[in-house]
Amino acid sequence: MRLSTVTLVATLVASGAAFANPVAPADVTFDEGAVGVSLTGAPGDPANGAAIMKDKGQGNCIACHEVTALKDAPFHGEVGPLLDGVGDRYSEAELRGILVNAKMPFEGSVMPAYYKVDGFNRPGNAYTGKAAEGPLDPLLSAAQIEDVIAFLMTLKDE
Amino acid sequence: MTKQTSTKALLALTLAGGALWGAAAQADEDAQLVINGEIEIVTKAPLPAHMEEANMDAIYSGWLFRADETQQTQMDDFDNPGMIFVDQGMDQWNAVDGSEGKSCASCHEDVETSMKGVRAEYPKWNDNAEEVRTLVMQINDCRTEQMGAEPYGYTSGKMANMEALISLQSRGMPVDVAIDGPAESMWAQGKELYYTRTGQLDLSCASCHEENYGNMIRADHLSQGQINGFPVYRLKNTKLNTAHARFKGCVRDTRAETFKPGSPEFVALELYVASRGNGLSVEAPSVRN
Ligand code: HEC
Ligand code: HEC
Repeated sequence: MRLSTVTLVATLVASGAAFANPVAPADVTFDEGAVGVSLTGAPGDPANGAAIMKDKGQGNCIACHEVTALKDAPFHGEVGPLLDGVGDRYSEAELRGILVNAKMPFEGSVMPAYYKVDGFNRPGNAYTGKAAEGPLDPLLSAAQIEDVIAFLMTLKDE
Repeated sequence: MTKQTSTKALLALTLAGGALWGAAAQADEDAQLVINGEIEIVTKAPLPAHMEEANMDAIYSGWLFRADETQQTQMDDFDNPGMIFVDQGMDQWNAVDGSEGKSCASCHEDVETSMKGVRAEYPKWNDNAEEVRTLVMQINDCRTEQMGAEPYGYTSGKMANMEALISLQSRGMPVDVAIDGPAESMWAQGKELYYTRTGQLDLSCASCHEENYGNMIRADHLSQGQINGFPVYRLKNTKLNTAHARFKGCVRDTRAETFKPGSPEFVALELYVASRGNGLSVEAPSVRN
Protein backbone atom coordinates (compact mmCIF):
# COMPACT_ATOMS: atom_id res chain seq x y z
CA MET A 1 0.00 0.00 0.00
CA ARG A 2 2.29 2.78 -1.11
CA LEU A 3 0.28 5.88 -1.84
CA SER A 4 1.83 8.71 -3.70
CA THR A 5 0.80 12.15 -2.61
CA VAL A 6 -0.68 12.59 -6.05
CA THR A 7 -3.16 9.73 -5.73
CA LEU A 8 -3.96 10.81 -2.21
CA VAL A 9 -4.78 14.32 -3.24
CA ALA A 10 -6.70 13.05 -6.22
CA THR A 11 -8.83 10.80 -3.98
CA LEU A 12 -9.48 13.63 -1.61
CA VAL A 13 -10.53 15.96 -4.36
CA ALA A 14 -12.58 13.42 -6.26
CA SER A 15 -14.61 12.14 -3.34
CA GLY A 16 -14.27 14.83 -0.70
CA ALA A 17 -17.58 16.44 -1.29
CA ALA A 18 -19.47 13.40 -2.52
CA PHE A 19 -20.70 12.04 0.83
CA ALA A 20 -22.69 13.41 3.68
CA ASN A 21 -20.94 13.32 7.06
CA PRO A 22 -20.36 10.98 8.66
CA VAL A 23 -19.53 8.65 5.78
CA ALA A 24 -21.57 5.45 6.24
CA PRO A 25 -19.61 2.15 6.41
CA ALA A 26 -21.00 1.09 3.03
CA ASP A 27 -19.88 4.33 1.39
CA VAL A 28 -16.22 4.19 2.38
CA THR A 29 -13.98 3.89 -0.66
CA PHE A 30 -10.54 2.36 -0.56
CA ASP A 31 -7.59 3.20 -2.72
CA GLU A 32 -4.93 0.52 -2.43
CA GLY A 33 -5.88 -0.19 1.16
CA ALA A 34 -6.07 3.45 2.21
CA VAL A 35 -9.07 5.70 2.84
CA GLY A 36 -8.28 9.30 2.00
CA VAL A 37 -11.49 10.97 3.07
CA SER A 38 -12.10 11.72 6.74
CA LEU A 39 -15.17 9.84 7.99
CA THR A 40 -16.42 12.93 9.80
CA GLY A 41 -14.82 15.82 7.95
CA ALA A 42 -13.60 17.12 11.31
CA PRO A 43 -10.24 16.59 13.03
CA GLY A 44 -10.17 13.84 15.65
CA ASP A 45 -9.37 14.24 19.35
CA PRO A 46 -6.13 12.39 20.17
CA ALA A 47 -6.76 12.21 23.92
CA ASN A 48 -10.08 10.52 23.35
CA GLY A 49 -8.42 8.26 20.78
CA ALA A 50 -5.97 7.07 23.43
CA ALA A 51 -8.85 6.34 25.80
CA ILE A 52 -10.69 4.36 23.11
CA MET A 53 -7.63 2.24 22.40
CA LYS A 54 -7.29 1.23 26.07
CA ASP A 55 -10.96 0.62 26.79
CA LYS A 56 -12.10 -3.00 26.60
CA GLY A 57 -15.61 -1.87 25.68
CA GLN A 58 -14.40 0.34 22.82
CA GLY A 59 -11.34 -0.22 20.61
CA ASN A 60 -9.53 -2.59 22.99
CA CYS A 61 -6.58 -2.19 20.64
CA ILE A 62 -4.06 -3.00 23.36
CA ALA A 63 -5.57 -6.49 23.58
CA CYS A 64 -3.41 -7.20 20.54
CA HIS A 65 -0.92 -4.32 20.36
CA GLU A 66 1.73 -2.96 22.65
CA VAL A 67 1.85 0.86 22.75
CA THR A 68 4.44 2.45 25.01
CA ALA A 69 2.48 5.70 25.26
CA LEU A 70 -0.50 3.79 26.68
CA LYS A 71 1.43 1.92 29.38
CA ASP A 72 -0.70 3.47 32.12
CA ALA A 73 -3.22 0.76 31.16
CA PRO A 74 -2.10 -2.80 32.01
CA PHE A 75 -1.85 -5.90 29.80
CA HIS A 76 -0.78 -5.10 26.28
CA GLY A 77 -1.04 -7.99 23.85
CA GLU A 78 1.39 -9.21 21.20
CA VAL A 79 -0.88 -10.57 18.48
CA GLY A 80 -0.21 -7.48 16.34
CA PRO A 81 2.92 -5.34 15.94
CA LEU A 82 4.15 -2.71 18.42
CA LEU A 83 2.46 0.54 17.44
CA ASP A 84 5.24 2.89 18.54
CA GLY A 85 6.18 5.08 15.60
CA VAL A 86 3.16 4.21 13.42
CA GLY A 87 2.61 7.94 12.86
CA ASP A 88 5.88 7.92 10.95
CA ARG A 89 5.33 4.64 9.16
CA TYR A 90 1.89 5.41 7.81
CA SER A 91 -0.08 8.32 6.45
CA GLU A 92 -3.41 9.29 7.94
CA ALA A 93 -5.17 7.76 4.94
CA GLU A 94 -3.33 4.47 5.40
CA LEU A 95 -4.16 4.36 9.10
CA ARG A 96 -7.81 5.02 8.27
CA GLY A 97 -7.74 2.08 5.86
CA ILE A 98 -6.24 -0.17 8.54
CA LEU A 99 -8.92 0.83 11.04
CA VAL A 100 -11.91 0.72 8.73
CA ASN A 101 -11.06 -2.75 7.43
CA ALA A 102 -7.61 -4.13 8.12
CA LYS A 103 -8.16 -6.88 5.56
CA MET A 104 -7.93 -4.33 2.77
CA PRO A 105 -4.28 -3.44 3.43
CA PHE A 106 -3.39 -6.74 5.15
CA GLU A 107 -4.95 -9.72 3.40
CA GLY A 108 -6.24 -12.36 5.81
CA SER A 109 -5.46 -10.24 8.87
CA VAL A 110 -6.82 -11.25 12.26
CA MET A 111 -7.28 -7.57 13.11
CA PRO A 112 -11.03 -6.85 13.25
CA ALA A 113 -12.63 -4.37 10.85
CA TYR A 114 -13.74 -1.46 13.02
CA TYR A 115 -16.00 0.27 10.48
CA LYS A 116 -17.77 -2.53 8.67
CA VAL A 117 -21.30 -3.79 9.26
CA ASP A 118 -21.94 -6.64 6.86
CA GLY A 119 -20.47 -9.78 5.36
CA PHE A 120 -19.99 -11.54 8.71
CA ASN A 121 -20.60 -15.21 9.46
CA ARG A 122 -23.07 -15.73 12.35
CA PRO A 123 -22.90 -12.17 13.64
CA GLY A 124 -23.84 -11.97 17.31
CA ASN A 125 -25.57 -9.47 19.54
CA ALA A 126 -22.35 -8.02 21.00
CA TYR A 127 -20.83 -10.59 23.42
CA THR A 128 -24.06 -12.34 24.43
CA GLY A 129 -23.55 -15.34 22.16
CA LYS A 130 -27.05 -14.72 20.78
CA ALA A 131 -27.82 -13.81 17.17
CA ALA A 132 -27.62 -10.15 16.24
CA GLU A 133 -30.94 -8.37 16.14
CA GLY A 134 -31.28 -6.04 13.21
CA PRO A 135 -28.44 -4.24 11.47
CA LEU A 136 -25.03 -4.22 13.16
CA ASP A 137 -23.37 -1.09 14.44
CA PRO A 138 -19.72 -0.76 13.48
CA LEU A 139 -17.29 -1.61 16.31
CA LEU A 140 -16.34 2.07 16.48
CA SER A 141 -18.24 5.13 15.26
CA ALA A 142 -16.88 7.44 12.56
CA ALA A 143 -15.90 9.99 15.21
CA GLN A 144 -14.18 7.36 17.36
CA ILE A 145 -12.17 6.18 14.34
CA GLU A 146 -11.03 9.72 13.60
CA ASP A 147 -10.06 10.16 17.28
CA VAL A 148 -7.96 6.98 17.18
CA ILE A 149 -6.28 8.10 13.94
CA ALA A 150 -5.48 11.47 15.53
CA PHE A 151 -3.83 9.65 18.44
CA LEU A 152 -1.92 7.23 16.17
CA MET A 153 -0.55 10.22 14.23
CA THR A 154 1.06 11.43 17.48
CA LEU A 155 3.08 8.19 17.73
CA LYS A 156 6.31 9.42 16.15
CA ASP A 157 9.70 7.86 16.65
CA GLU A 158 11.18 11.12 17.93
CA MET B 1 3.86 -1.40 4.03
CA THR B 2 5.77 -3.32 6.68
CA LYS B 3 4.05 -6.55 7.42
CA GLN B 4 4.21 -8.10 10.80
CA THR B 5 6.81 -10.81 11.20
CA SER B 6 4.75 -13.96 11.03
CA THR B 7 4.03 -15.74 14.26
CA LYS B 8 5.77 -18.79 12.90
CA ALA B 9 8.94 -16.90 12.23
CA LEU B 10 8.73 -15.32 15.68
CA LEU B 11 8.26 -18.68 17.31
CA ALA B 12 11.10 -20.16 15.31
CA LEU B 13 13.29 -17.31 16.50
CA THR B 14 12.41 -17.74 20.14
CA LEU B 15 12.80 -21.48 19.79
CA ALA B 16 16.25 -21.03 18.34
CA GLY B 17 17.00 -18.87 21.35
CA GLY B 18 16.19 -21.81 23.56
CA ALA B 19 12.89 -20.56 24.92
CA LEU B 20 9.55 -21.57 23.54
CA TRP B 21 8.06 -18.13 23.78
CA GLY B 22 9.41 -14.69 24.26
CA ALA B 23 9.48 -11.94 26.80
CA ALA B 24 5.93 -12.25 28.06
CA ALA B 25 6.26 -15.87 29.07
CA GLN B 26 4.80 -16.37 32.49
CA ALA B 27 5.26 -20.07 32.56
CA ASP B 28 8.29 -22.25 32.60
CA GLU B 29 8.10 -23.79 29.16
CA ASP B 30 10.62 -26.46 29.99
CA ALA B 31 8.61 -27.58 32.97
CA GLN B 32 7.86 -31.29 33.16
CA LEU B 33 4.46 -32.37 34.31
CA VAL B 34 4.67 -35.32 36.67
CA ILE B 35 1.61 -35.83 38.81
CA ASN B 36 1.90 -37.14 42.37
CA GLY B 37 5.57 -37.74 41.65
CA GLU B 38 4.70 -40.71 39.43
CA ILE B 39 2.34 -40.10 36.50
CA GLU B 40 4.36 -38.67 33.63
CA ILE B 41 2.32 -36.43 31.36
CA VAL B 42 3.34 -35.77 27.76
CA THR B 43 2.84 -32.02 27.29
CA LYS B 44 4.70 -31.64 23.97
CA ALA B 45 4.29 -34.04 21.08
CA PRO B 46 5.03 -34.12 17.36
CA LEU B 47 2.38 -32.75 15.03
CA PRO B 48 -0.14 -35.47 14.19
CA ALA B 49 0.17 -36.44 10.52
CA HIS B 50 -3.19 -34.88 9.64
CA MET B 51 -1.85 -31.48 10.77
CA GLU B 52 1.10 -31.32 8.45
CA GLU B 53 -0.17 -28.19 6.68
CA ALA B 54 -0.79 -26.41 9.96
CA ASN B 55 1.53 -23.52 10.68
CA MET B 56 2.91 -25.16 13.83
CA ASP B 57 6.04 -26.94 14.99
CA ALA B 58 4.58 -29.30 17.58
CA ILE B 59 1.53 -29.73 19.79
CA TYR B 60 1.53 -28.39 23.34
CA SER B 61 -0.71 -28.92 26.30
CA GLY B 62 -2.43 -25.83 27.70
CA TRP B 63 -0.61 -26.59 30.96
CA LEU B 64 2.65 -25.28 29.48
CA PHE B 65 1.13 -21.85 28.95
CA ARG B 66 0.00 -21.35 32.51
CA ALA B 67 1.79 -19.52 35.32
CA ASP B 68 4.06 -21.49 37.65
CA GLU B 69 1.57 -21.52 40.56
CA THR B 70 -1.21 -22.76 38.30
CA GLN B 71 1.08 -25.44 36.89
CA GLN B 72 2.00 -26.61 40.37
CA THR B 73 -1.61 -26.95 41.45
CA GLN B 74 -1.97 -29.72 38.91
CA MET B 75 1.11 -31.62 40.04
CA ASP B 76 -0.37 -33.07 43.19
CA ASP B 77 -3.89 -34.40 43.57
CA PHE B 78 -4.10 -32.98 47.09
CA ASP B 79 -3.66 -29.49 45.64
CA ASN B 80 -5.85 -30.02 42.57
CA PRO B 81 -9.32 -28.62 43.29
CA GLY B 82 -10.67 -30.68 40.38
CA MET B 83 -10.27 -33.82 42.47
CA ILE B 84 -13.18 -32.80 44.71
CA PHE B 85 -15.41 -33.15 41.68
CA VAL B 86 -13.94 -36.53 40.86
CA ASP B 87 -15.07 -37.63 44.34
CA GLN B 88 -18.54 -36.36 43.60
CA GLY B 89 -18.44 -38.26 40.31
CA MET B 90 -17.57 -41.39 42.28
CA ASP B 91 -20.68 -40.93 44.43
CA GLN B 92 -22.76 -40.56 41.26
CA TRP B 93 -21.08 -43.68 39.82
CA ASN B 94 -22.35 -45.76 42.74
CA ALA B 95 -25.76 -44.09 43.11
CA VAL B 96 -28.82 -45.98 41.88
CA ASP B 97 -30.91 -43.69 39.69
CA GLY B 98 -33.82 -44.13 37.27
CA SER B 99 -36.59 -46.63 36.65
CA GLU B 100 -34.32 -49.69 36.24
CA GLY B 101 -32.88 -49.49 39.75
CA LYS B 102 -29.31 -49.40 38.49
CA SER B 103 -26.17 -47.36 38.99
CA CYS B 104 -23.21 -47.06 36.62
CA ALA B 105 -21.47 -49.58 38.88
CA SER B 106 -24.25 -52.13 38.35
CA CYS B 107 -23.04 -52.64 34.79
CA HIS B 108 -19.45 -51.35 34.78
CA GLU B 109 -18.36 -52.36 38.32
CA ASP B 110 -14.97 -50.93 39.21
CA VAL B 111 -14.46 -47.65 37.38
CA GLU B 112 -10.67 -47.99 37.61
CA THR B 113 -10.63 -51.08 35.46
CA SER B 114 -13.72 -50.74 33.27
CA MET B 115 -13.07 -47.13 32.26
CA LYS B 116 -9.32 -47.31 31.76
CA GLY B 117 -8.41 -45.97 28.31
CA VAL B 118 -11.94 -44.87 27.46
CA ARG B 119 -11.41 -41.09 27.51
CA ALA B 120 -8.33 -41.37 25.28
CA GLU B 121 -10.45 -42.53 22.31
CA TYR B 122 -13.42 -40.18 22.58
CA PRO B 123 -15.19 -38.79 20.58
CA LYS B 124 -15.64 -42.11 18.86
CA TRP B 125 -17.78 -43.74 16.19
CA ASN B 126 -20.51 -45.99 17.62
CA ASP B 127 -21.42 -48.79 15.23
CA ASN B 128 -24.84 -49.62 16.62
CA ALA B 129 -26.01 -46.04 16.80
CA GLU B 130 -24.18 -45.17 13.57
CA GLU B 131 -23.03 -41.86 14.99
CA VAL B 132 -19.97 -40.16 16.42
CA ARG B 133 -20.43 -40.01 20.16
CA THR B 134 -18.77 -37.73 22.63
CA LEU B 135 -18.16 -39.09 26.11
CA VAL B 136 -21.06 -36.93 27.27
CA MET B 137 -23.38 -38.51 24.70
CA GLN B 138 -22.31 -41.98 25.80
CA ILE B 139 -22.84 -41.19 29.49
CA ASN B 140 -26.32 -39.86 28.74
CA ASP B 141 -27.10 -42.84 26.52
CA CYS B 142 -26.34 -45.15 29.45
CA ARG B 143 -28.49 -43.03 31.72
CA THR B 144 -31.54 -42.95 29.48
CA GLU B 145 -31.30 -46.37 27.76
CA GLN B 146 -29.79 -48.56 30.50
CA MET B 147 -30.85 -46.88 33.73
CA GLY B 148 -34.12 -45.22 32.74
CA ALA B 149 -32.76 -42.04 34.29
CA GLU B 150 -32.89 -38.42 33.16
CA PRO B 151 -29.95 -37.31 31.03
CA TYR B 152 -27.52 -34.88 32.67
CA GLY B 153 -27.40 -31.39 31.17
CA TYR B 154 -24.68 -31.32 28.52
CA THR B 155 -22.39 -28.93 30.38
CA SER B 156 -23.88 -29.44 33.86
CA GLY B 157 -21.88 -29.94 37.03
CA LYS B 158 -22.99 -33.56 37.33
CA MET B 159 -21.89 -34.27 33.78
CA ALA B 160 -18.54 -32.58 34.37
CA ASN B 161 -18.07 -34.69 37.54
CA MET B 162 -18.78 -37.92 35.68
CA GLU B 163 -16.55 -36.95 32.75
CA ALA B 164 -13.76 -36.10 35.20
CA LEU B 165 -14.08 -39.44 36.99
CA ILE B 166 -14.00 -41.39 33.72
CA SER B 167 -11.21 -39.27 32.22
CA LEU B 168 -9.04 -39.73 35.30
CA GLN B 169 -8.86 -43.46 34.56
CA SER B 170 -6.97 -42.61 31.34
CA ARG B 171 -4.69 -39.98 32.86
CA GLY B 172 -1.21 -40.27 31.37
CA MET B 173 -2.38 -42.31 28.37
CA PRO B 174 -1.95 -40.74 24.91
CA VAL B 175 -4.98 -39.18 23.26
CA ASP B 176 -5.77 -41.49 20.35
CA VAL B 177 -8.87 -40.33 18.53
CA ALA B 178 -9.68 -42.10 15.26
CA ILE B 179 -10.37 -39.77 12.37
CA ASP B 180 -10.78 -42.20 9.52
CA GLY B 181 -13.45 -44.69 8.56
CA PRO B 182 -17.01 -43.72 9.40
CA ALA B 183 -15.90 -40.76 11.55
CA GLU B 184 -14.15 -39.10 8.65
CA SER B 185 -16.96 -36.93 7.33
CA MET B 186 -17.74 -35.54 10.76
CA TRP B 187 -14.05 -34.93 11.35
CA ALA B 188 -13.88 -33.01 8.08
CA GLN B 189 -16.87 -30.93 9.16
CA GLY B 190 -15.12 -30.16 12.44
CA LYS B 191 -11.98 -29.14 10.60
CA GLU B 192 -13.98 -26.80 8.42
CA LEU B 193 -15.53 -25.19 11.50
CA TYR B 194 -12.11 -24.81 13.12
CA TYR B 195 -10.88 -22.70 10.24
CA THR B 196 -14.10 -20.75 9.61
CA ARG B 197 -14.13 -17.22 10.93
CA THR B 198 -17.19 -16.15 12.90
CA GLY B 199 -18.71 -13.06 14.38
CA GLN B 200 -18.13 -9.38 13.96
CA LEU B 201 -14.50 -9.82 15.04
CA ASP B 202 -14.19 -12.31 12.19
CA LEU B 203 -11.89 -14.79 13.94
CA SER B 204 -11.60 -18.57 13.71
CA CYS B 205 -10.23 -20.98 16.28
CA ALA B 206 -7.07 -20.99 14.18
CA SER B 207 -6.73 -17.18 14.35
CA CYS B 208 -6.04 -17.45 18.06
CA HIS B 209 -4.91 -21.01 18.75
CA GLU B 210 -2.90 -21.82 15.62
CA GLU B 211 -1.62 -18.45 14.37
CA ASN B 212 -1.10 -16.89 17.79
CA TYR B 213 -0.42 -19.48 20.44
CA GLY B 214 2.36 -18.28 22.69
CA ASN B 215 1.28 -14.65 22.22
CA MET B 216 -0.45 -12.57 24.84
CA ILE B 217 -3.96 -11.35 24.00
CA ARG B 218 -4.59 -8.68 26.62
CA ALA B 219 -3.97 -10.55 29.92
CA ASP B 220 -4.32 -14.04 28.45
CA HIS B 221 -1.43 -16.17 27.27
CA LEU B 222 -2.85 -17.94 24.23
CA SER B 223 -2.45 -21.72 24.20
CA GLN B 224 -3.21 -24.08 21.35
CA GLY B 225 -6.74 -24.60 22.69
CA GLN B 226 -6.15 -28.31 23.25
CA ILE B 227 -8.81 -30.36 25.03
CA ASN B 228 -6.66 -33.18 26.42
CA GLY B 229 -7.09 -31.63 29.89
CA PHE B 230 -10.91 -31.48 29.89
CA PRO B 231 -12.89 -31.23 32.01
CA VAL B 232 -10.76 -28.38 33.34
CA TYR B 233 -10.87 -26.81 36.78
CA ARG B 234 -10.63 -23.05 36.25
CA LEU B 235 -9.40 -20.77 39.01
CA LYS B 236 -11.48 -18.04 37.37
CA ASN B 237 -14.87 -19.63 38.00
CA THR B 238 -13.81 -22.22 40.62
CA LYS B 239 -15.55 -25.14 38.96
CA LEU B 240 -15.03 -27.85 36.40
CA ASN B 241 -15.58 -26.69 32.84
CA THR B 242 -16.52 -28.90 29.92
CA ALA B 243 -15.12 -28.63 26.40
CA HIS B 244 -18.40 -27.49 24.84
CA ALA B 245 -18.79 -24.72 27.44
CA ARG B 246 -15.29 -23.55 26.50
CA PHE B 247 -16.06 -23.70 22.78
CA LYS B 248 -19.18 -21.64 23.40
CA GLY B 249 -17.20 -19.03 25.33
CA CYS B 250 -14.56 -18.76 22.64
CA VAL B 251 -17.12 -18.42 19.82
CA ARG B 252 -19.05 -15.83 21.85
CA ASP B 253 -15.81 -13.86 22.20
CA THR B 254 -15.71 -13.38 18.43
CA ARG B 255 -19.02 -11.49 18.79
CA ALA B 256 -20.81 -14.37 17.10
CA GLU B 257 -24.00 -16.30 17.59
CA THR B 258 -22.61 -19.46 19.18
CA PHE B 259 -23.56 -23.06 18.51
CA LYS B 260 -25.24 -24.95 21.33
CA PRO B 261 -23.38 -27.39 23.55
CA GLY B 262 -24.15 -30.86 22.21
CA SER B 263 -25.07 -29.53 18.74
CA PRO B 264 -23.83 -31.54 15.75
CA GLU B 265 -21.47 -28.65 15.01
CA PHE B 266 -19.82 -28.77 18.43
CA VAL B 267 -19.66 -32.58 18.39
CA ALA B 268 -17.82 -32.37 15.06
CA LEU B 269 -15.58 -29.61 16.42
CA GLU B 270 -14.80 -31.68 19.52
CA LEU B 271 -13.80 -34.64 17.36
CA TYR B 272 -11.52 -32.45 15.29
CA VAL B 273 -9.99 -30.52 18.20
CA ALA B 274 -9.44 -33.77 20.13
CA SER B 275 -7.58 -35.18 17.11
CA ARG B 276 -5.27 -32.15 17.12
CA GLY B 277 -4.13 -33.44 20.51
CA ASN B 278 -3.38 -37.01 19.40
CA GLY B 279 -0.15 -37.90 21.20
CA LEU B 280 -0.55 -35.58 24.21
CA SER B 281 -1.53 -37.29 27.44
CA VAL B 282 -5.02 -37.27 28.87
CA GLU B 283 -4.65 -34.80 31.74
CA ALA B 284 -8.10 -34.43 33.25
CA PRO B 285 -8.97 -32.97 35.61
CA SER B 286 -6.45 -30.28 34.70
CA VAL B 287 -6.09 -26.85 36.28
CA ARG B 288 -6.13 -23.63 34.28
CA ASN B 289 -6.73 -19.99 35.09
C1 HEC C 1 -7.32 -9.27 17.28
C2 HEC C 1 -6.09 -8.56 17.12
C3 HEC C 1 -6.04 -7.07 16.81
C4 HEC C 1 -6.78 -6.02 17.32
C5 HEC C 1 -7.89 -6.10 18.37
C6 HEC C 1 -6.28 -4.83 16.71
N1 HEC C 1 -5.26 -5.13 15.85
FE1 HEC C 1 -4.16 -3.78 14.78
N2 HEC C 1 -3.15 -5.33 13.89
C7 HEC C 1 -3.26 -6.67 14.22
C8 HEC C 1 -2.33 -7.44 13.41
C9 HEC C 1 -2.15 -8.95 13.46
C10 HEC C 1 -1.65 -6.51 12.59
C11 HEC C 1 -0.55 -6.79 11.55
C12 HEC C 1 -1.13 -6.77 10.18
C13 HEC C 1 -1.35 -8.18 9.68
O1 HEC C 1 -0.41 -8.76 9.15
O2 HEC C 1 -2.45 -8.69 9.87
C14 HEC C 1 -2.18 -5.21 12.93
C15 HEC C 1 -1.71 -4.01 12.36
C16 HEC C 1 -2.05 -2.75 12.81
C17 HEC C 1 -1.40 -1.53 12.38
C18 HEC C 1 -0.20 -1.45 11.42
C19 HEC C 1 1.03 -1.59 12.30
C20 HEC C 1 2.35 -1.76 11.57
O3 HEC C 1 3.36 -1.40 12.15
O4 HEC C 1 2.35 -2.27 10.43
C21 HEC C 1 -2.01 -0.51 13.04
C22 HEC C 1 -1.69 0.98 12.92
C23 HEC C 1 -3.02 -1.07 13.89
N3 HEC C 1 -3.00 -2.45 13.72
C24 HEC C 1 -3.85 -0.35 14.74
C25 HEC C 1 -4.85 -0.92 15.53
C26 HEC C 1 -5.80 -0.15 16.30
C27 HEC C 1 -5.79 1.36 16.42
C28 HEC C 1 -6.67 -1.03 16.87
C29 HEC C 1 -7.91 -0.78 17.68
C30 HEC C 1 -8.85 0.21 17.26
C31 HEC C 1 -6.21 -2.36 16.51
N4 HEC C 1 -5.13 -2.25 15.69
C32 HEC C 1 -6.77 -3.54 16.96
C33 HEC C 1 -4.14 -7.21 15.15
C34 HEC C 1 -5.08 -6.49 15.88
C1 HEC D 1 -10.36 -14.20 20.26
C2 HEC D 1 -9.41 -15.26 20.47
C3 HEC D 1 -9.93 -16.69 20.54
C4 HEC D 1 -10.62 -17.41 19.60
C5 HEC D 1 -11.10 -16.94 18.24
C6 HEC D 1 -10.81 -18.74 20.14
N1 HEC D 1 -10.25 -18.82 21.39
FE1 HEC D 1 -10.08 -20.50 22.56
N2 HEC D 1 -9.18 -19.40 24.01
C7 HEC D 1 -8.87 -18.05 23.94
C8 HEC D 1 -8.24 -17.62 25.17
C9 HEC D 1 -7.75 -16.22 25.48
C10 HEC D 1 -8.17 -18.78 26.00
C11 HEC D 1 -7.57 -18.88 27.41
C12 HEC D 1 -6.08 -19.07 27.30
C13 HEC D 1 -5.73 -20.35 26.61
O1 HEC D 1 -5.84 -21.43 27.20
O2 HEC D 1 -5.40 -20.30 25.40
C14 HEC D 1 -8.76 -19.88 25.22
C15 HEC D 1 -8.84 -21.20 25.68
C16 HEC D 1 -9.33 -22.25 24.95
C17 HEC D 1 -9.34 -23.63 25.41
C18 HEC D 1 -8.86 -24.11 26.77
C19 HEC D 1 -7.49 -24.74 26.67
C20 HEC D 1 -7.01 -25.29 27.98
O3 HEC D 1 -5.94 -25.91 27.99
O4 HEC D 1 -7.67 -25.10 28.99
C21 HEC D 1 -9.89 -24.36 24.40
C22 HEC D 1 -10.15 -25.86 24.41
C23 HEC D 1 -10.21 -23.45 23.31
N3 HEC D 1 -9.85 -22.18 23.68
C24 HEC D 1 -10.77 -23.84 22.10
C25 HEC D 1 -11.17 -22.94 21.10
C26 HEC D 1 -11.88 -23.33 19.90
C27 HEC D 1 -12.27 -24.74 19.55
C28 HEC D 1 -12.14 -22.18 19.20
C29 HEC D 1 -12.97 -21.98 17.97
C30 HEC D 1 -14.32 -22.42 18.04
C31 HEC D 1 -11.51 -21.09 19.92
N4 HEC D 1 -10.95 -21.59 21.08
C32 HEC D 1 -11.48 -19.77 19.50
C33 HEC D 1 -9.08 -17.21 22.85
C34 HEC D 1 -9.73 -17.58 21.68
